[in-house]
Amino acid sequence: MSDKASTGISRRELLMMIGAMAGSATSYNAMASMGLVEESRFNGPPKLDGDPKGASVLILGAGIAGMVAAMELRNAGYKVKVLEYNSRAGGRNWSIRGGDVYTELGGATQHCEFDKGLYINPGPWRLPYNHHGILDYARRLGVRVEPFQQLNFNAYVHSTQAFGGKPQRYREIQTDYLGHVSELLSKVTQQGKLNEMVSKEDEASLLDSLRRIGALDRRYRYVPGRESSNRRGFQKPPGGGLDARPIYSKDLTGLSEILKSGLWRSIGAGWSTEFQSTIFEPVGGMGKIGEAFGRELADLIEYERKVVKVHQNRKGVEVTYVDPKTDGNPRTVTADYCLCTIPLSVLSQIDLNINPKMQAAINAVPYAAAIKIGLQFKRRFWEQDEHIYGGISYTDLPIGSIGYPNTDYFQPGKGVLLGGYMFGPNAMKFTAMPPEERVKKAVEYGAQIHAQYPQEFDNGVAVGWHRVPWTLGCFGTWTDELRAQHYDDLCQIDHRFLVAGEHASYIPGWQEGAVTSAIDAITRLHHKVINA
Amino acid sequence: MKKTYVKGLAAVLLMAVAGPVLADNAGPSMTDKPTEAASQMPLGEQVYTTTCQECHMPNAMGAEGAGRYPALAKNPKLAAKQYPMVMVVNGSKAMPSFARQLDADEIAAVVNYVRTHFGNNYKDKVTAAEVKAVLPKTGPYEGH
Repeated sequence: MSDKASTGISRRELLMMIGAMAGSATSYNAMASMGLVEESRFNGPPKLDGDPKGASVLILGAGIAGMVAAMELRNAGYKVKVLEYNSRAGGRNWSIRGGDVYTELGGATQHCEFDKGLYINPGPWRLPYNHHGILDYARRLGVRVEPFQQLNFNAYVHSTQAFGGKPQRYREIQTDYLGHVSELLSKVTQQGKLNEMVSKEDEASLLDSLRRIGALDRRYRYVPGRESSNRRGFQKPPGGGLDARPIYSKDLTGLSEILKSGLWRSIGAGWSTEFQSTIFEPVGGMGKIGEAFGRELADLIEYERKVVKVHQNRKGVEVTYVDPKTDGNPRTVTADYCLCTIPLSVLSQIDLNINPKMQAAINAVPYAAAIKIGLQFKRRFWEQDEHIYGGISYTDLPIGSIGYPNTDYFQPGKGVLLGGYMFGPNAMKFTAMPPEERVKKAVEYGAQIHAQYPQEFDNGVAVGWHRVPWTLGCFGTWTDELRAQHYDDLCQIDHRFLVAGEHASYIPGWQEGAVTSAIDAITRLHHKVINA
Repeated sequence: MKKTYVKGLAAVLLMAVAGPVLADNAGPSMTDKPTEAASQMPLGEQVYTTTCQECHMPNAMGAEGAGRYPALAKNPKLAAKQYPMVMVVNGSKAMPSFARQLDADEIAAVVNYVRTHFGNNYKDKVTAAEVKAVLPKTGPYEGH
């Protein structure tokens, strides 16, 4: 621990701390304003009472939104048909497993060579406990789930600009940060500088809480000792027998060093509601949910249908589709109503006759760059050598993070890591590379965190979402301004046409957005049909 | 290649926009330096190969799946230099605006690069000053 940090607080350090706290408050407010810290509005399956009298609904897209709608409308007595571009169900609910073949826009084809049972989820990979809707459908479809570790105290936080580029354990950085901040606040409190903000009565409780939360000693100091070592780990941990006496951890990181490192940014990464325990994942890959929906709705879904035109008239809706492989063999199907879950990136290019406001909304939303890279290694060295069982390490390298598998712990044989998960400019840059180059770069960067990478690397796959043929992007990137201008127009029923999907939700990029959007859409549609 | 403050802004913008997913990230990358080969490229080519070709493809032929990315190669719409400039600044449909990810020099360079490559051969150039004139003056994230 640096003398400076234990003996006093510089004005600059205090300002930096306040800045750090204001920063997290700012992002909390930004997220709250987008509804992102709200729990799901899901309140059980929709109750679609009343007779639809044989009304038919054509659903475009067999992703989560389309299949939730198809299942519920079928159960309510509608005639339902689903048209899907791909030859599988699920959409972005998708796992790539050994033996799978994936061809992206531009023609690059990847053959996944993972071992049996190993997979990567290119799209969603987490089911937060408070996303009640998607979890309820997983349960109803008999999809088994297991815990997803978001926060692993023994995983790394890493900056190329700090600690000589050596990755630090989350547990140490988190403990040291909280320790120093608590000590500083204790000092200020004891010096009576909070007089106007904290009553005399509360002062004792505040000090007591700081001592416990900061792992401070009895004199409110963050120093080597039992309290700090119980949190950040011992230099020599307690054991049994003659040589059992523990040695306390002495190398507490100084406050200034932590602040300069920027690693405090990672401390709160798992604290927002979507990342709090408990989070789940389907056993065997996220794609298990889409696959289960596909089996349930096997007689409703028609695959390899590329929609090119949706026109409505007084009597119904006409949808024209072609064969995606040839763009030929146009066919037309009709229905009373059309629920369209096609991503706006694609829908904005389809011939529609809808009201101009809705069309403007469809045209207004850009789609995000994102990329995920799955890397198979010859052994689970992160467990065997570093005792990291699941969770995520964070880095300022372009790969952003490394995700460890949350299943099959201690198994011999190979294992698959999420070797990169990027957004924004880094995702664009990586997606612009050929797939094998993306994998090669992810191995090069990852080797700065795990030295075992070059020796143990086996093979990999990389999915850049701007190159995915059926979404042209990861998710709709709404801003507050775009929502104010277009969101309500997008979600209206236009005569016989309406949309659903994560893009028609305030939970962008999450499956819960697709579920709640679909339920809201079909509930309003049903009301219209019953009262027609 | 990018100025740090521009990148910082881009990161803040993406944080605000992407929210749930980006909350995962440790923070803006500090090591996003061009590779040695890239740094020897002219600026316009650097921007094209690290950004535009993600969707418009290395040969600028675009691609088609359920939807399509238009080809920039031999594209007569590039005849008016304002057209690609405004496209890059404002975005269009699924294409995002690059007004905060790229600076005026980079936008001018890449527009000029595309208009003189891939079978396009237009002599007139876009200047950084012309780009600045159409860049948004203020925005919701300027204060950060």
